[in-house]
Amino acid sequence: MIAELGHFALVLALALAAVQSVVPLWGALDREPRLMAVAPPAAIAQFLFTGLAFAALVHAYVTSDFSLLNVVENSHSSKPLLYKITGVWGNHEGSMLLWVLILTLFGALVAAFGRNLPDRLRALVLAVQGWIASAFFLFILLTSNPFIRLSPAPAEGNDLNPVLQDIGLAIHPPLLYLGYVGCSISFAFAVAALIDGRIDAAWARWVRPWTLAAWIFLTLGIAMGSYWAYYELGWGGFWFWDPVENASLMPWLIATALLHSAIVMEKRNALKVWTVLLAILAFSFSLIGTFLVRSGVLTSVHAFASDPTRGIFILVILCLFIGGALSLFAFRASTLTPGGIFAPVSREGALVLNNLFLTAAAATVVVGTLYPLALEALTGTRISVGAPFFNLTFGPLMVPLLMLVPFGPMLAWKRGDIAAAAERLMAAFGIALVAAAAAAFAMGATDILALAGIALAAWLMAGALSETAFRIKLFQAPLAESFRRFVGLPRSALGTALAHFGLGVTMLGLVAATSWSSEDILTMKPGESVTVGGYQVTLEGFIPRPGPNYEEIAVRFLVRDGGVTVRTMEASKRNFATRATSTTEAAIATFWPSQVYISLGDIATDGATTVRLYWKSLATLIWLGAIVMALGGALSLSDRRLRVGAPRPARKLAAVPAE
Amino acid sequence: MAVLAAAAALVVLVPLSRGGRAAGAPSPAIAIYRDQLEEVDRDVSRGLIAESEAEAARTEIARRLIRADAEAAPPEPDRPLARRAAAILAIAAPLVAFGAYLWLGSPEMPDQPLSSRLDTPLDQADVQTLVAKVESHLAAHPEDGAGWEVIGPVYLRAGRYDDAVRAFGNALRILGSTAARETALGDAMVRANNGLVIADAHAAFERAAKLDPTAIAPRFYLAVALGQDGKKPEAVAAWQALLKDAPADAAWAPVARAALAKLEGSAAPTAAASAAPGPSEADAAASADMAPEERLQMINGMVAQLAGKLAANPDDPEGWARLVRSYIVLGRTDDARDALKKARTALAASPDRLAPVEAEARSAGIE
Repeated sequence: MIAELGHFALVLALALAAVQSVVPLWGALDREPRLMAVAPPAAIAQFLFTGLAFAALVHAYVTSDFSLLNVVENSHSSKPLLYKITGVWGNHEGSMLLWVLILTLFGALVAAFGRNLPDRLRALVLAVQGWIASAFFLFILLTSNPFIRLSPAPAEGNDLNPVLQDIGLAIHPPLLYLGYVGCSISFAFAVAALIDGRIDAAWARWVRPWTLAAWIFLTLGIAMGSYWAYYELGWGGFWFWDPVENASLMPWLIATALLHSAIVMEKRNALKVWTVLLAILAFSFSLIGTFLVRSGVLTSVHAFASDPTRGIFILVILCLFIGGALSLFAFRASTLTPGGIFAPVSREGALVLNNLFLTAAAATVVVGTLYPLALEALTGTRISVGAPFFNLTFGPLMVPLLMLVPFGPMLAWKRGDIAAAAERLMAAFGIALVAAAAAAFAMGATDILALAGIALAAWLMAGALSETAFRIKLFQAPLAESFRRFVGLPRSALGTALAHFGLGVTMLGLVAATSWSSEDILTMKPGESVTVGGYQVTLEGFIPRPGPNYEEIAVRFLVRDGGVTVRTMEASKRNFATRATSTTEAAIATFWPSQVYISLGDIATDGATTVRLYWKSLATLIWLGAIVMALGGALSLSDRRLRVGAPRPARKLAAVPAE
Repeated sequence: MAVLAAAAALVVLVPLSRGGRAAGAPSPAIAIYRDQLEEVDRDVSRGLIAESEAEAARTEIARRLIRADAEAAPPEPDRPLARRAAAILAIAAPLVAFGAYLWLGSPEMPDQPLSSRLDTPLDQADVQTLVAKVESHLAAHPEDGAGWEVIGPVYLRAGRYDDAVRAFGNALRILGSTAARETALGDAMVRANNGLVIADAHAAFERAAKLDPTAIAPRFYLAVALGQDGKKPEAVAAWQALLKDAPADAAWAPVARAALAKLEGSAAPTAAASAAPGPSEADAAASADMAPEERLQMINGMVAQLAGKLAANPDDPEGWARLVRSYIVLGRTDDARDALKKARTALAASPDRLAPVEAEARSAGIE
């Protein structure tokens, strides 16, 4: 009964979404407040019904109700409870249900906390949310229904893909979806503004925090996905320019651009049209990402099922929303009144430059991802676009952008002084040079590109710090005064500094891990040793043992530093009988901030095994930097002050750039 | 469900019946600008921004405020027609949802969680459920040797040979070694390896033969193993010894004779040695130690399997011929006629290929 109740709740949610997409829009166009007032309760009820449906599916998974086809195909009664729950979204149908659950959650949040929004804007935003939700509810019910029943129920299920039986599945998809779907709010606001033909203060005040929240989740989701691939797939790499990864990178780049242009929008009331366009693009890329991953166009661990009708359905949704929004933009953008003016050298100017670089970078990723698909569809030729392409296109675009990052926060609004900003960054420049020299001394000056990368990373970090140091007059005023100023700093300013610092940390990790890591592939027997990154790694022995739903052979390694055992590592191969597949569990030992990474190849019958041993130089910094970035975003998000970008008066030069 | 649907309708209807925002309240945009002005004052008093900047900010806000004031439009009077239409829509939506659900869903089906499926009375449960029941019991009590011994043959019949090896292995480990258990383990291993007598299976058969030198099955498999190892003279000797002890009507005897004949290089006249895939050596050997009714059950099982295979892939004249012959041998004449009819339909496109089936039917006189 619970399963059927969930099914009915899902259909009801569709009905409410349909009402929500028509009635408030009608009310807004007709200026009828009661029709507009339908939107918030409909959005909240829609979320509750979707939540009920989701809970019903979780219940079916937890109780191993194999009368649901979806549960049979993706679960097994002996699976640990955690994976029974995460298995709900470890498949196509369930993950789409999670997608709409988050979509309706955001709609409900707008409804619940949107009291200070103008009625018309709120009604329009929720109506647009209603369109998106209706499309995806229809998609789920007609092509990917998780509530399809099976009678008689089979005794046992097919189990979840073993690669997905990992804690990562509990974290990565929900975070990524929060990011993807969070972009739908900015999209809904943008489309609402276009329908309404105007953008007011409430618009900007709402879009920036939503974008920021979506961006935080997207950042964490991508970083978590990268780390999961790193430790689970056993290749020891963290980014492969795989189309599925690019699908998440594109919205991230655009969301980053949107985030920065929304700051201008909120503080200076400028760049309205551009912000609206970015908001549309960010969600469009989220949809394209969903399409690429879900349609089966790409084969990867994410392509749970490839069914042509689903692909076509998503393609139609894609065309309707992206095409519709962009045409609306083309017709209505001219009605939006342009906002404040600014000089080319100013905070606004720097942010525009940032936007240009980021969108251009996103464009190269789009080309690199979609061109092979288009080529294969048109001519049947299969080409593979990988790291070389992106190193040549994406890299050169990111380098100047990263070099310019420290300048942005140093410039004042409306009109800035580039010479003064450069002067304040001299210290950071010096630190960058010292860092490169130190790296050259430690690792040898053979790899000039790597040294330049280190310098760039140090420049980013020192630049972020010197901005804060400058604001609190560190070393220029007494320490007590600096501390007082530090406490008084707006959290959004600290957030900016922290996020930019995190970018530098990630950069440092990327450069070091690609340039100074080592890789050994060899056959080892118990008792044999090998040196990795200054540590002696000894294969101690094989330990066969049963798991809850698999059999595994663990291989134990001892890590010694100068004869003293400092760490025990266990890599293993797991064999899942139900799916007749095996997975390799890599062993990772962190010697802060670097890592020793061991992955097993085939285990021969004579007791020898192929082992891949990596020394991953500074690798943890890659993901740590992403977490720092997200923390910066969260800090900025917590700053709910109203923002006015006070321009510096033209007649006299004040010492402090305004926040 | 009715409650849910009613809730959905109410959610829409309540705001429709209520009044909108009171007229004359300041528009939210203007409220935001007022808040911004207050915040500038607060920042100045906290020393975050200089007075000159605050002045500039106030000017900027005032500029936006004036624009927002000019844009604010008075609300229009309400229209009962629109509201009525919306209300109809609101009531219709849950009804449509109900219809859509009846079309998509299975309202009559109860939940069937694992626990309730395991609780179904024994006489109503199907084999799979019984297996699941025993499996969950064994997962909780892995040291229950009798349980493993019960489920082993079930696995074997279901074709889950790897599981059967595990089950028999566990039974052996817990309950101790007997000739029957060793034989069962070895038999499962051979099946799991497509009929090959692997080293572990060989060892098991040797232990079984030592425990009970009169048992047929271990000796049979050991002879097969010798043949597979290419030890021709030893294999011939083993088969001959086995046949010498065999009762005249032993079901496995034809298989043994065929193997012997093959080893000796002469053509075998017996049916079992013909090219048609008959029961595998393993099946035949297993049937050697069976009671007659068990053997019949096994044969029926194999015939059913063949019928199933033909239902899935009917384009197989030899298969149809074999099925008809099997039914006749088993005395199931009606089934044989039925199979013949099915074969005629399935092979209607190529009557010449139907010939072997017709011939089989004619020889038994069923037509």
